[in-house]
Amino acid sequence: MKILVIEDDREAARYLEKAFAEAGHSADVAGDGETGYTLAEQGTYDALVVDRMLPRRDGLSVVAALRAQGNDTPALILSALGQVDDRVTGLRAGGDDYLTKPYAFSELLARIEVLQRRSSPKEAETVYRVGDLELDRLSHTAKRAGQVIILQPREFRLLEYLMRHAGQVVTRTMLLEHVWDYHFDPQTNVIDVHVSRLRGKIEKGFDTPLLHTVRGAGYMLKAAAAGTDA
Amino acid sequence: MSRFRAMMKMTAVRLSALYLLLFTVCALVLVFYMTSLSVRLLTTQTEAAVNEEIESIGQAYERGGIAGLVRSIDRRGRQPGAYLYLVADPAGRIVAGNVQSIEIGVLQTDGWIERPINYERYGEGSNDPQMHTAIARVVVMPNGIRVMVGRDLGEPEQVRLVVRRALMAALGIMGVGAFLIWFFVGRRALQRIDEVSAASQRIMGGDLAGRLPVSGSGDEFDRLADNLNGMLARIQELNEGVRHVSDNIAHDLKTPLTRMHNRAESALASAKTSKAWRAAMEGMIGDSDQLIRTFNAILMISRLESGYSTETMELMPLSTIAEDVFELYEPSAEEAGVNFTLGRIDPTSVKANRELVGQTISNLVDNAIKYANASENPVEVTLSVEKENDKVKVIVADNGPGIPQDQVDRATERFVRLEESRSQPGSGLGLSLAKAVMKLHGGTLELTDNAPGLRAVLVFPVGEETYELQSQGGRR
Repeated sequence: MKILVIEDDREAARYLEKAFAEAGHSADVAGDGETGYTLAEQGTYDALVVDRMLPRRDGLSVVAALRAQGNDTPALILSALGQVDDRVTGLRAGGDDYLTKPYAFSELLARIEVLQRRSSPKEAETVYRVGDLELDRLSHTAKRAGQVIILQPREFRLLEYLMRHAGQVVTRTMLLEHVWDYHFDPQTNVIDVHVSRLRGKIEKGFDTPLLHTVRGAGYMLKAAAAGTDA
Repeated sequence: MSRFRAMMKMTAVRLSALYLLLFTVCALVLVFYMTSLSVRLLTTQTEAAVNEEIESIGQAYERGGIAGLVRSIDRRGRQPGAYLYLVADPAGRIVAGNVQSIEIGVLQTDGWIERPINYERYGEGSNDPQMHTAIARVVVMPNGIRVMVGRDLGEPEQVRLVVRRALMAALGIMGVGAFLIWFFVGRRALQRIDEVSAASQRIMGGDLAGRLPVSGSGDEFDRLADNLNGMLARIQELNEGVRHVSDNIAHDLKTPLTRMHNRAESALASAKTSKAWRAAMEGMIGDSDQLIRTFNAILMISRLESGYSTETMELMPLSTIAEDVFELYEPSAEEAGVNFTLGRIDPTSVKANRELVGQTISNLVDNAIKYANASENPVEVTLSVEKENDKVKVIVADNGPGIPQDQVDRATERFVRLEESRSQPGSGLGLSLAKAVMKLHGGTLELTDNAPGLRAVLVFPVGEETYELQSQGGRR
């Protein structure tokens, strides 16, 4: 995955470049909004990480200009401003996600990977399958190995989100955002408890685990026996 | 001289001096006016009298000729009084009258002599000839004989002197009076001001608990001192607040920092396996997350307090938000052994920011579960939404240790974690955040005793645009 990081703090940019490389992605760095815009305009990137406050041209206007041109490279906006209205303006400008500084790299990585996948056609599928687990979005039913699993509406949405991003790490805040539609930091283990309940329902009585905990990051729904780095 | 200058710097002295000067000028003008007026009055009278005398002397002349004239003059001159009479021959030698000698040249004039003239009277001790001043009118007869009638000026002069002396004395008394007034009134005022400025100096010097003296008389100075004291109290309060906050920031930020430091140090010293390294690193990430949370909460509160955009507010079903939060926390409450239930839920909507209100209710529920845990009884936490006339209350009630009534106000201050809860994790910002959010929504946060436990109530005002939601059957 080719990522463009538009960030004026050199230290942070270098760190991101290195960390993305370690995660198996390649990252280019632009130190100001103008350079970033010129690079992003070429449309060769899979995702953009855009700092909100940049010299020469601010991050929001870079994203807005790209969108105006019909360039829809997924963009994640980074900002020190984390209030609700800041997030709203960020997303309104055409950003696909918004992350507040300081952030954990694992959070950024998970979000970028999910963003990149967002442009894939999975949205249109009506049935998600991970291993022997099956979720029908139309009839709102879930089955594992043909056995119906009874889920609460929220559990269904949780599983749906995890399955849509199967094979990808999803963080607790991402779950809170997409399943509960809240953007605050859950602080306590509320999400973990929901996940472990869901895990109980989809794994009880089966040998192979599907829902894995990725330590220090979040969760991943994955079919293969190949273990995560847990 | 420098003392004089210092004295002139005092308002009371300056004012007194100014008044004194004004009095003096007025009095002088008055004196001058009075004396000149009285003198003029006397002069007019004198002139009229002199004219009358000349008239009657003229009649004597018409009746008896020169002899009659001289006789008449002689007779008049002998009468006691202040009039001067004189008859002189064409050569200017005095023929008759009560004047012994007169200034040279006076008799050459015809008509009024416009200036005071010096003369000497008959009959006064000739060994001590005394000069007098007078005004006079000279009439030249057709045969060259001159008749002069005049009046001594001693009398008006005396009047002038008397008036002047009286007014001077009055002026003196006024001066003394002004001084006394300054001494008793001005100096007292001055003293009060000095006291106030001395007290302020002490306060500036660091004695923040110091207050300005209040005499209790309720005068302007007291009112001023009262107001200033009120201001000082407010400043002191704010100052203490700031100090308190910085102490707490220091504590709350230092604790995770120290923990991080210790973890790193002990990992360096003793971690052998990669698992141990990992554990240390994860612990450090946890600590830094705590720091970030604290910072975010601080930023958020100051943002809310400095006026948040109300653009993000729309009509929100408060009951649904509460139910969502219930649903979010129910599993973890159950895991913590807390009996978390949904109480009465009146379907209501208010104009609100869903994100902020959701977070606030979450914080309260989180607090309730966290702190209620510390009690021995089976823990009960109830979340309800109750509509009462023009208010909607979101109530989070628990049966935990609660907050002592005398500490309720402090509980919503930033960073305050009541002593009993200091050991619990948390930023100590939850309740102050809730308070700030409620203020933004035009509501309040009420903390009351649930006997036992805490009853945290978010009170929302119900605006006109609020409507009753349809009952959402079957929703849990």
